Amino acid sequence: MRVSRPATLSLRAVGLLYLAGLLLLPVGVVLVRTFDHGLGQAWGWMTTPAAISALWLTIAIAAIAVPLNTIFGVGCSLVLVRGRARGRAILDSLIDLPFVVSPVIVGLALILVYGQDGWFGNWFLNNGIRIIYAPAGIVIATVFVSLPFVVREVAPILMEVGEEQEEAAATLGASGWQTFWRVTLPSIRWGVAYGVVLTTARALGEIGAVLVVSSNVAGSTLTLPLLVYQRDSQLGPQAITGAYAAATELIVLSLAVLLLMTLLGSRREVTK
Amino acid sequence: MSSSSSYAAPRAPAGWRARVRVPRGTLSLGVATLYMSVIVLIPLAAVVEKAVAQGPGAFFDSVTASGAVSALVITLVASLVVAAIGAVMGTLVAWILARDKFPGQRLVNSLIDLPFALPTIVAGLTLIALYGPRSPFGLHLAYARAGVLLALLFVTLPFVVRAVQPVLIELDPEAEEAAASLGASNATIFRRIVLPSLRPAIASGAALAFARAVGEFGALVLIAGKVQIASIVIFADIESDATQAAASLSVVLLVISLIVLVLLRWPGARNAR
Repeated sequence: MRVSRPATLSLRAVGLLYLAGLLLLPVGVVLVRTFDHGLGQAWGWMTTPAAISALWLTIAIAAIAVPLNTIFGVGCSLVLVRGRARGRAILDSLIDLPFVVSPVIVGLALILVYGQDGWFGNWFLNNGIRIIYAPAGIVIATVFVSLPFVVREVAPILMEVGEEQEEAAATLGASGWQTFWRVTLPSIRWGVAYGVVLTTARALGEIGAVLVVSSNVAGSTLTLPLLVYQRDSQLGPQAITGAYAAATELIVLSLAVLLLMTLLGSRREVTK
Repeated sequence: MSSSSSYAAPRAPAGWRARVRVPRGTLSLGVATLYMSVIVLIPLAAVVEKAVAQGPGAFFDSVTASGAVSALVITLVASLVVAAIGAVMGTLVAWILARDKFPGQRLVNSLIDLPFALPTIVAGLTLIALYGPRSPFGLHLAYARAGVLLALLFVTLPFVVRAVQPVLIELDPEAEEAAASLGASNATIFRRIVLPSLRPAIASGAALAFARAVGEFGALVLIAGKVQIASIVIFADIESDATQAAASLSVVLLVISLIVLVLLRWPGARNAR
């Protein structure tokens, strides 16, 4: 289909204007506004004790949730694609649930199970383990919302690669672990890496589920996205620069994620 | 992000595994299911239990309370509008990425994934900065329905684009050329040849966008203002200890999400590629 020059140009203009108005300009305005009152004030907002502990908590939560979901994701993909066990189809269709459940419902669900008067909440509390309004709850909420990414990246690749090489390794006497480390993992590594990046992005940015199970106290359960929310919605208009400053930190983190996605995305295409 | 998948494994060669009685991976399947259960399934079951714990009557009353009904209607209408706008604009963007050539195209292509990388609370904040009361252009869309639509369009942008783009790239140009040589206009070619091949991709992208919009919270919590979106009503109910009402509304949202999930996995929906 040969589109005329004017039609091409107008389609291009409409598409690019839409993207600029929806994505680029809003993000740009926040970046500019952060430094409205000078670099010093923005830096001041980024280095308050609350902001520093929020940044570290956010990174720590991701550092726990991402490895958990990576191990689960690779293992689950192997079970779904290579396993012969009955009931795989049921697990396969349940994996996507976290993608379609509203984050607020995730928070509510965790309160009803692990909170006070929840199904197991009192048992944990009696044993001195606090989950809701504590970092543990934020970890579980983050694991919940970022659970499917690695499975959904790795399983199709595993499927495409096929079993021949693994069977060859096995007939040559390799153990299960040797086959996994030397044959399977190298063939799925870019898919794993891409899934890890998506999981990390979600883990760093989650707000809905985390907001419900967090006590929002700086220094213990206040993550960076929660800090943005708190500064914008609760501290009044004078804290808006603070909200922008915290948002800028998250924008920088997500631009790094986006760069990794682009790089890994093209590697993934090549290996496929 | 595509969710339509089923991994039918090829059959194993008979010899070296035939004497094993338990199917391979049974133990691992158990472990994976246990992990899913502790993190996802048991908590969701607790929501359903809470919603109906005081009998079906209480559940019905909570769901048909005027606040709950209007929240559901607003949420569903907003999500449908967003899915429709997203389908049109997403296809247009996919078109200029797949069929056009212009400087900076690769940058624009990576930019599409920004909504997946950017925390949703930041998305909301940035939209208020540009379209809120302190807007540099004097636009005031925040804290109203237009702001809600904008935020939902932001977070759902990649779904349709990333579904349609690969199909457009792989589309065989021969049929289009044949139609053109027979004198068909561009409008006819697009309507009769291109669009039918894109339809499954557009539909699944729009369905994913719809499902995401129905449950979206982070991007809306700052920008929604007084607009009573379902997820925000649920949050307010949780905060005021109206747990049963929150759980009931959650169950309705869960059912809607499950319907979308089932439709997406329906065999007919995915083999049309």
